[in-house]
Amino acid sequence: MTDLRADSLPPQGAPVRLWGRALRSRNLVVGALLTLVFVLAAVLSFLWTPYEVTGLDIANKIKPPSWRNPLGTDHFGRDILSMIMVGARVSIAVAVVAVGIGMIFGVPLGLLAAARKGSLLDEVIMRANDLVFAFPSLVIAILITATFGPSAVNAIIAIGIFNIPVFARLTRSGALTLWQRDYILAARVAGKGAARISVEHILPNVTNLLIVQGTIQFSLGILAEAGLSYVGLGAQPPTPSWGRMLAESQTMISFAPHMALFPGLAILLTVLGLNLMGDGLRDLFDPKLRGRT
Amino acid sequence: MMTNKPFALGLAGAFALTATLAVAQQSDMTIGQQLEPPHLDPTSAAAGAIDSVLYSNVFEGLTRFGPDGSVGPGLAREWEISDDGLTYTFHLAEGVKFHDGTTMDSEDVKFSLDRARAEDSVNAQKALFSGIESVEATDPATVTVTLKNPDGNFLFNLAWGDAVIVAPESIENIKTTPIGTGAFMFDNWVQGDRIELTKNPEYWGEPAMLDAVTFKFISDPTAAFAAMMAEDLDVFPAFPAPENLPQFDADPRFKVLVGSTEGETILAINNKLPPLDDVRVRQAIAHAVNRHEIIDGAQFGYGTPIGTHFAPHHPDYVDLTEMSQHDPEKARTLLEEAGVSLPLQLKMTLPPPSYARRGGEIIAAQLRQVGIEAEIENVEWAQWLEATFRGYDYGLTVISHTEPLDINIYARPDYYFQYDNAEFQKLMEEVGVESDPDKRSEMFRQAQTTIAEDYVNAYLFQLPLLTVAKTGVEGLWENAPTQAADMTAVHWAE
Repeated sequence: MTDLRADSLPPQGAPVRLWGRALRSRNLVVGALLTLVFVLAAVLSFLWTPYEVTGLDIANKIKPPSWRNPLGTDHFGRDILSMIMVGARVSIAVAVVAVGIGMIFGVPLGLLAAARKGSLLDEVIMRANDLVFAFPSLVIAILITATFGPSAVNAIIAIGIFNIPVFARLTRSGALTLWQRDYILAARVAGKGAARISVEHILPNVTNLLIVQGTIQFSLGILAEAGLSYVGLGAQPPTPSWGRMLAESQTMISFAPHMALFPGLAILLTVLGLNLMGDGLRDLFDPKLRGRT
Repeated sequence: MMTNKPFALGLAGAFALTATLAVAQQSDMTIGQQLEPPHLDPTSAAAGAIDSVLYSNVFEGLTRFGPDGSVGPGLAREWEISDDGLTYTFHLAEGVKFHDGTTMDSEDVKFSLDRARAEDSVNAQKALFSGIESVEATDPATVTVTLKNPDGNFLFNLAWGDAVIVAPESIENIKTTPIGTGAFMFDNWVQGDRIELTKNPEYWGEPAMLDAVTFKFISDPTAAFAAMMAEDLDVFPAFPAPENLPQFDADPRFKVLVGSTEGETILAINNKLPPLDDVRVRQAIAHAVNRHEIIDGAQFGYGTPIGTHFAPHHPDYVDLTEMSQHDPEKARTLLEEAGVSLPLQLKMTLPPPSYARRGGEIIAAQLRQVGIEAEIENVEWAQWLEATFRGYDYGLTVISHTEPLDINIYARPDYYFQYDNAEFQKLMEEVGVESDPDKRSEMFRQAQTTIAEDYVNAYLFQLPLLTVAKTGVEGLWENAPTQAADMTAVHWAE
């Protein structure tokens, strides 16, 4: 294949070209690496953490970073590195499930609305989405968790609900342009029903859009989880969570900055990584948009 | 910035004038407080924040608490007690006027006490007045109070913020415009922000040394720290973040006062919830708890360990901490004896103060060592009062009981820890009518031992009063025998 120029590659060579482009995209590589680090830390935390995160060691409280505790200890003498690793697990779990909820409900709704464009059903679905959109998501998430009690599960549900309209709208708008295509017309002529067309032809072609948006929503989910735990409505102690680590370290920031710095950096780097990755993926899938922000 | 006086004087105009005045005068003070009062009537609500602002400053009672917790004369300058201990004759101070100009006399005292003990009274501490048979205004300067039974605590009861003297003329708007007899007059309340008091120029006693006092409400510990550091506040009694005290201590601009409160901080146990109704399980919890770790971890070392529900600075206090020494081995044995299947799941509700949130997390880790899984639920005050305090929907909770001499709450079977011991209830009834001090002391010691032996709750530590003040502030209460920020003797050093 070396004698072929890149743009003359046959269509079946597309995946190869995609990988090559992906590796050359700095955003994507850096973003993916950052994300990978935190995913690996979270996975590793199931098997091993430097210290037990539920065991307190008051005698060793508020120690700055050292060989013993690379990121120092918190006000209960817990190892901050271990807590960030387990906290990554919570953050990622909340974000994954929340994005999952958004996709599972949002995508079928979007496909349905597109397939029945202009019908009453379309109107109902999309106006209901607008209704959810109209409220600031974090405020409603606080309302939900405050009403049903603070817990990681309620945080997931609260964040997940606000992902539904995002995916529903995206899917609908993507699907609407596809419905105009000739191959869809061909499929209809061949006698395929709207449901089957949606699943077999529309869905595979909006996947790129969904992946890009999913990455962005994932980072927003992590931020929302951190925000909810910061105000005490996320995962409850003793489960470590980045947002609560920040909140608890707040009064000690002037004499123990490491306690706020590391969970803060963890949130920053994960969100940055996911956003870079999202940007990179968008560039990759939709070259027309490259260079735009 | 404003220390450069000649320069400030050199500037023309109003700015220079105000700047110089601010430097020269220093006759006002801004006090930081975490909780804002819901309203301003100390005689109809339990909220301690009301007393913190108004006790002794705006409202006065017949007797009053001194900074050391002793009970001294207030509006009643002296009194006689009949030999049978039933009749108290109070002689009121002369020439006392309410802030609205009306005279304070025996009729106002009768009105206040009758109102507090009336059938439809909403006084939060009605029990304080339940022993009163009648109140007579003998003449304008004399009040005679007759009791149903002798009560050694009566003068103490009258010193409470719930027993202050109010006037029938101003009672209607007391919740927004409190009119009292104190050395400060209520001036302004900007809800959500501050309450302003000004000096009462016609005060009957020793006049206040400050011209104006502002109470500023800052609930967030971080904001409190920042406001104090920025010198927006002059004093913060009951500073909420003990971890910041070393910084204030090291800063020459500030001083830190470490005193005691009446707050017994306990791990309250729901005595009716199985298996917590078994004394062995409660004893196991008490032995699983390590007080020193809690004081160190949650309070950064500030706090005195207690072994029963009594203030360690009280002369009748008995040190019973030995009965519940940290002994996880013993705790496990006791749980086994009680036949509890481990891990035992218990719900632990934690109200907002840091002693509860942090203390609870430490206790949960300690309980886990003996096989008890305390499921932490962080709640707001309203939720805590609703579900835990009134709804009994909890297994464990961490809370500080800040009323003075409040061991009698254990005689109330419907109180939230639901401790029902007829013998103890009888003992409290007896102590209520006993006026011989020695016998009373003996009874209080007995009561402390009883609740410690029954392991009603796990007793943690006495809540300290941590006050941060600017270096020049003098005359502050170092301890909190009652919830009050008495500003009447506070002043700036020369």
